[in-house]
Amino acid sequence: MATKSSSRAVGVGRVLIAVYGILALAATGRSVFQIIDRFGEAPVAFTLSAISALVYIVATVALLLPGDAWYRVAWFTIGFEMLGVLVVGTISLVAPSVLGLHSANPFGREATVWSAYGLGYLLVPLVLPVLGMLWLYRRRPAVVPRVA
Amino acid sequence: MIEWFTWVQVAVAVLAGLFCLVLGLAGRSPNDYSLGATLLVEILLIVQLVVAIVAPLAGNPPSGSLPEFYIYLVSALILPPLAGFWALIERNRWSTVVLGVVCLSVAVMVYRMYQIWAFQVA
Repeated sequence: MATKSSSRAVGVGRVLIAVYGILALAATGRSVFQIIDRFGEAPVAFTLSAISALVYIVATVALLLPGDAWYRVAWFTIGFEMLGVLVVGTISLVAPSVLGLHSANPFGREATVWSAYGLGYLLVPLVLPVLGMLWLYRRRPAVVPRVA
Repeated sequence: MIEWFTWVQVAVAVLAGLFCLVLGLAGRSPNDYSLGATLLVEILLIVQLVVAIVAPLAGNPPSGSLPEFYIYLVSALILPPLAGFWALIERNRWSTVVLGVVCLSVAVMVYRMYQIWAFQVA
């Protein structure tokens, strides 16, 4: 049975959702521009950029909407981000050429949202999934009484 | 872009952001002050849009990519109205915090726009 409002979009959770929304917007804008303008320069990195943007959008929606299904989607997308920022962040520093990058500069023209653990975004991409998972754990369906 | 105006804009957005964060964390619902500060940030963005349209015609072209500049500018323009609507619908302290977060994000985006305009090599 669907509830009217999500148990995740309350209190400080709203701030979390707002930050996710801003990051989704920023990542989408950047990746769309990179793909249109210079996809050939670093196809692997820019594809990852686009995937990360998409995942941020889905995570934002999943946090906003009520129900157990969206709760699982939120876990999946936020977990994916955590993995993404750690794996891509490490590769971008240790072996940028694997991603087709010419430099590890997180502010450069080939930088993605996950480069250098999201340093170009003030490390928000690294911190956000941790806060997101903490929030999801605190608001897990078994603990939060269901509103009819 | 006009350099001094850009710095004024970044400063106003940072101050407005901190102001809203403090009010929000102190437990205040969105009020005329926090919404007014956010409105000011939005008005300065609209002025920046006008400046960005006129500047290249007046012999002040960007050194970097103009489309990338506009992606940031349009994204920034969208944020304060969204947070403002949210603040009017959800009248609690967290909406004030969201206003603050949005103003600080605008400050970062304007700084990034300045980098693209003044330093980036297209």
